[in-house]
Amino acid sequence: MIAIETKNLTKKYKNTFAVNNLNLSINRGELFALLGVNGAGKTTTIKMLSCLIRPTGGDAFILSNSIVSSSMKVKEIINVSPQETAVAPNLSVRENLEFIAGIYGFSKKESQQKAASMIQSFKLHKVENKKAKNLSGGWQRHLSIAMALITEPKVLFLDEPTVGLDVIARRNLWTLIKTLKNKITIILTTHYLEEATALSDKIGIMSEGNIKAIGTKEELIAINHSKGFEEAFITIADNEER
Amino acid sequence: MKVLVFATRNYKEIVRDKLNIAFGLGFPIILLLMMTAIQSKVPIPIFELESLTPGVAVFGLSFISLFTGMLIAKDRTSSLMLRLFTSPLTSSHFIFGYTLPVLPLAIIQIAICFVVAIFLGLKVSFNITLTIITMIPTALLFIALGLLCGSVFTDKQVGGICGALLTNLTGWLSGTWFDLSLIGGAFQKIAYLLPFYHAVEIGRVTMIRNYSEILPHMIWIIGYDVVIITIAIVAFTKKRQANSV
Repeated sequence: MIAIETKNLTKKYKNTFAVNNLNLSINRGELFALLGVNGAGKTTTIKMLSCLIRPTGGDAFILSNSIVSSSMKVKEIINVSPQETAVAPNLSVRENLEFIAGIYGFSKKESQQKAASMIQSFKLHKVENKKAKNLSGGWQRHLSIAMALITEPKVLFLDEPTVGLDVIARRNLWTLIKTLKNKITIILTTHYLEEATALSDKIGIMSEGNIKAIGTKEELIAINHSKGFEEAFITIADNEER
Repeated sequence: MKVLVFATRNYKEIVRDKLNIAFGLGFPIILLLMMTAIQSKVPIPIFELESLTPGVAVFGLSFISLFTGMLIAKDRTSSLMLRLFTSPLTSSHFIFGYTLPVLPLAIIQIAICFVVAIFLGLKVSFNITLTIITMIPTALLFIALGLLCGSVFTDKQVGGICGALLTNLTGWLSGTWFDLSLIGGAFQKIAYLLPFYHAVEIGRVTMIRNYSEILPHMIWIIGYDVVIITIAIVAFTKKRQANSV
């Protein structure tokens, strides 16, 4: 069953197409990685799909809800972990979690229960009463993703989730993301090729505002007769850039 | 419910910033103490507690604008706002969520000025309660000014505009520190056209039980309330929609 479908999705700024007639289909429970060089259109795509910016053309459907005409319904079933850590600095870890659950309409009791559950799942016990601004980068990123998951989204957008993290924190986050696979649909944008190949079911390579190739790691290597994934990526992204 | 959740978060963000508390409560109290000390040595009618306390309370409200503006501006430039804009919160949730937690803080701040004044010799009377109530529209005005500045400017700009410009305007043009008629002319006319003088006068005439004088000043404040609140809502909504263009 399809979770996300884009139909000629377009975002144009003056004379420049940030995203140009994007047609994409992602199945439920799939972890889909969007790869591309800077300016390829990954973040603009995520922003449109999460109703943060409005497309200038086309449409996209999240579990059959249009991002243009039913944006409020879309917002109720998605959640986002932005590129930069998005936490309320003066609230504790527990308060941040309860806050997000509350603004998605959960009662106080439900919010408390969900926060407790997320603290358990994300092993946040040590820092649950610490203010978010006093956490390390790794803990802040864990919290940011926990805040995205506490609302039980059907679709989760992870925008560069491990950027700026050390190797251990990155691996911990990978383990966490792997546990979410098949449970919710995830779109992951990343600059790290090994991250995309380690985590995703499918990879889409974007260039100049459009998807140039979609497939598994093995399929993309085979199509381009490449020795490895990095070579395949460069062939696809660089050829198009030229 | 969503408004209350958002308002609670905003309340915690403001009160947990110790600088906010120090400036918001401490500075007006220090001013009251200083002016009362001067008054005890060189008596000046404008520094008598019935006259001075409403002026200091209005001056203190300029810090409420600063806190509100800074919170909104910081939120706007942070990734948290991206997260909140992708949540099912509407524009009215945001506007009420930012206004609701600050209003009680503003009223508490006004009340604390009067409590300190009582310790300094202000006569306790029901009139003090009435004065605090008549100053609520002024509190709303300063909150709206913060909402407007926070919606339009960055946190650094808010620091300059609310922290420096607004506090100075409130100080110089309100008639708190000197009688505006001593300067007169264009300065006095401009002061009368702006809300700060009327805000202080509402408190002063209520304190001396000159109730018939409340309405003419209140009309100015309510007029400014309507205009500034409307502009603030439009500005915030436009800023939010700017992400959706």
